[in-house]
Amino acid sequence: MNEFEPKIIAFCCHYCALAAADVAGKMGLQFSPNIRIIRVLCTGKIEVPHLLKAFESGADGVVVISCKFGECYFKEGNFRAQKKVERTQSLMQEVGLEPERLMFDFVPGPGAKKFVDILNGMTEKVRSLGPNPSVH
Amino acid sequence: MIVGERKPFSEILSMVEDYSKILVVGCGSCVTICMAGGEEEVKILASQLRLAFKKNKKDIEVEEAMALRQCDDEYMNDPVLIDKVKKADIVISMACGVGVQHATAFFNRIITDRPIKIVPGLNTTFMGANLDVGIWEERCVGCGDCVLEKTGGICPITRCAKSLLNGPCGGSSNGKCEINKETDCAWHLIIERLEALGELDRIKPIEMYKDWRPSHDGGPRKIVREDMRI
Repeated sequence: MNEFEPKIIAFCCHYCALAAADVAGKMGLQFSPNIRIIRVLCTGKIEVPHLLKAFESGADGVVVISCKFGECYFKEGNFRAQKKVERTQSLMQEVGLEPERLMFDFVPGPGAKKFVDILNGMTEKVRSLGPNPSVH
Repeated sequence: MIVGERKPFSEILSMVEDYSKILVVGCGSCVTICMAGGEEEVKILASQLRLAFKKNKKDIEVEEAMALRQCDDEYMNDPVLIDKVKKADIVISMACGVGVQHATAFFNRIITDRPIKIVPGLNTTFMGANLDVGIWEERCVGCGDCVLEKTGGICPITRCAKSLLNGPCGGSSNGKCEINKETDCAWHLIIERLEALGELDRIKPIEMYKDWRPSHDGGPRKIVREDMRI
C-alpha cells in the first residue's frame, strides 16, 4: 500500500512568508512537494470560511504563515490571523476534525530556514494524522 | 439591536441530521452586525455541516442563502430564496427568534404544497449595544414603559439585577453590583449621571411599583398605526 501523501494548503503573507520562500529558493532549500501555497496580501484578511473551505475542498492540513508579532506590514493582521485560526480550530473540533490539522506560525522576511522547517514539520505532522476524514 | 449567539454545533446537528437537503438562511440585519447569523456565519455553519456529514459518510446536501431581513415580508419575497426553500427538506434560520417565526409563517403561506420546517440556528439573547469590537451588552428589556428621562438615560429595569426603581440596594459596592464584580451598579451610574446633570433631586420622590402590563406579561404586544394602513 502506498504511503499517504497529504495535501497541505499554506496561506502565506506576501511580505514575510513569500519573501522567505524566495530566499529559500535562492539558497537552494527544498520543502515538501505536498504544499500548495496561496499568497495573501496580509494573513489578517483570511476569514474562518476560507480555512474551513480548504478542508472541505480536500486539504488534509492547512498552515497560515504570517509576519512576526509587531512586524506586520498592516500592524495587526497577524494577531487577527492567529485569532481566526484559533476559532477555526475550535469549530473543527466540533465536527470531529483534529485541530492539529490547522496551524499558525510566523517567519521574518529572510527566515528561509524557518519557513522550510514549518512546511516540512507540518507535512510530517499531517502524514502522522492520516487523511482528512471529511474527504477520504 | 437584537443580539444573538449561535447554538452549539451538536444541538444544530441533532435538529437536521435526519434530513437530506438542508438550507441555511442568514439574516442581513441585527444578527449580521452582532456576527452571529450573517453571511459569514452562514458559510461557517454550512461548511461545518458538510464536513461533519462527509466524515460520517452521510450524503446530505447543504445549501446557503441570505435574506436582508427575515422579520419583514418585503425582504423575504425573493424568488431565488423561495426556490431554495422549496428544494430544501429543512431550513436552518440564522435570524433572531422574530425572524425564525416570521420566516415560518411567510414560507408556509407562500409554499402551499407541503409544510416547511424551519429550525433556529441561534439563541436570541438580548437587545443591546455594541460596546467595542466583539463586545455587546444588554441595554433594554422592552418593558413597554420607558423611565430613562428620570434616570439620566441609564435603564434601571435592564441594568439593575433587581430592576429596582428606587436604588441602589445594599449590594452596591464601589460602583459594582454584588452579582458580579465586573457589572456596574446601575444605580451608582444613575446617581453619578444625575449629579453631573445637576438633577439629583429627580430621585428624591419614591417611585411607586412598576406597572408591568405594557411588558410581556400581558401576552404578545402589538402596535397598529392606523395612519399607515389603507
